[in-house]
Amino acid sequence: MIELTDGQRAAANGEDGEGAALAVHIVTETARLLGATRLIPIASAHIDGCLYHGDSGVQFAERLVAGGAKVAVPTTLNVGALNLLRPGQDRLDSHKRAMAHRLMAAYEAMGCRPSWTCAPYQTGHRPALGQDVAWGESNAVVFANSVLGARTNRYGDFLDIACAIAGAAPATGLHLPENRRATIRIETARLSDRLKASDACYPVLGTWLGRTVGETVAVIDGLPSDLSEDRLKALGAAAAAAGAVGLVHVAGVTPEAPTVEAALGREAAAETIRLTPDMLIAARDGLSTASDARIDAVALGSPHFSLSEFEDFERMLDDRSVAVPTYICTARDTLAALGERAARLESQGVTLVVDTCVVVTPILAEIGGVLMTNSGKFAHYTPSNTGYAVVFGSLADCVESAVAGRVIRDDALWR
Amino acid sequence: MAIEGETLLAGQASGPVLRLEAPISFWGGVDPASGRVVDPRHPQYRTCVAGTMLLVPATIGSSSSSSVLLELIAQGRAPAAIALGKADAILCLGAVVATAMGLSAPPVIALPAEKQRALATGSFVRLTADGVIHTTTTTH
Repeated sequence: MIELTDGQRAAANGEDGEGAALAVHIVTETARLLGATRLIPIASAHIDGCLYHGDSGVQFAERLVAGGAKVAVPTTLNVGALNLLRPGQDRLDSHKRAMAHRLMAAYEAMGCRPSWTCAPYQTGHRPALGQDVAWGESNAVVFANSVLGARTNRYGDFLDIACAIAGAAPATGLHLPENRRATIRIETARLSDRLKASDACYPVLGTWLGRTVGETVAVIDGLPSDLSEDRLKALGAAAAAAGAVGLVHVAGVTPEAPTVEAALGREAAAETIRLTPDMLIAARDGLSTASDARIDAVALGSPHFSLSEFEDFERMLDDRSVAVPTYICTARDTLAALGERAARLESQGVTLVVDTCVVVTPILAEIGGVLMTNSGKFAHYTPSNTGYAVVFGSLADCVESAVAGRVIRDDALWR
Repeated sequence: MAIEGETLLAGQASGPVLRLEAPISFWGGVDPASGRVVDPRHPQYRTCVAGTMLLVPATIGSSSSSSVLLELIAQGRAPAAIALGKADAILCLGAVVATAMGLSAPPVIALPAEKQRALATGSFVRLTADGVIHTTTTTH
């Protein structure tokens, strides 16, 4: 049995409407599945359920709306299947486009903020250290847990909105301090400082981590103490795509890991792994499925590009133009903050995509081909979701390749 | 032979075993319209999960995997039953929501990956409501 408060019991009995009753039912049923005996209040939610996968998800969301459901806590929305600021950028058929629109509208109608981004933490949604939240979107989960020190499990579609409506989540997993302790220690002393100073290191390290540890909490030692949020974002997104990582500590960088010993909870690590360059090179090679020099598109911004990533990109591109279709996916709030710089980028041939991204909805040209990206997450999902083959490179590699119209990679970094 | 799992969502089902040889993310890994494995890096690329006793050693990746399972159920392309290496708050949700929406959802059990290895892909099995998988060669 799950302990409920008087308010939760009343909601479960339909006193707050059928939508709230369904939400509490889903939360308590999940608590039972996961072996939790009580629920805990949450401070915020981030919803991944607003991306269209088929009509069943629309029916679910509209049933909540019809039942009068409203979110009880501040709630942001992940990407949908449409760029609402540029209708027609996608190639969805008219039925799917209409349903995708209805799905996004249903989540807004429940009181969620139309943020439409997979990086809500870079556009103002930043829960505090130790706060319990219910977040969906695998990369956002890792970031909230690891970089912000908030506490969330990896919430799937439907449970995220159910928790937001109920204002509560099952008390289990990463909500409990004892489960946040690292048990695997990863040492990086054998990696060169030059590699650690490169942006390309982090999606690759994340991919290796996800494949190696699955869902186990690890602490990584020996990374630069000034590691940027963008690099932590890239690490976490790749780890969550390649594995089931919900939390990873970086010693001296992330808030629950002032030291390796603190992250391990002053206990001995169950396992220590000494990373070698060869292990990372194998992970890097696994991110690419094409090996020739040809590319047909470049895609950046998974997770959504931040303002600082735009600054890096603009500096590298300078006054040149791209020779192949080049997409940068970002949040509408970031686009607004770019101001006139957006028009300049578009004049250089760059296509800006907001509210969605090129790997979750058909935006890339239908002819297929080879896509180059600096994102471990894009590299992971591109072949299955778009039919394109993929080549992974650093941000600078992607910019030079976009300008040249063929793959240019600086492989010296990895030797 | 009978292999005992832990019931997560109770029910009976039967079908051929499909034992996944690597973890999977249903989103980006299984086509919600057809039930086929669409991740070219997965060892069972192009295999269809519909109607199978699907053994999943571990779930990885996307939190949208619950949506994909719900859509598979709505399309009649879901597995007959699912055994997960460990209960998770993602894949099971698709079945929980399907049931709440009045659809017929596959039963789900937890069965550790090492116990899954006793079952061979293609062999016909029966899952009973107590969470036990029976191989038909040893039942009568």
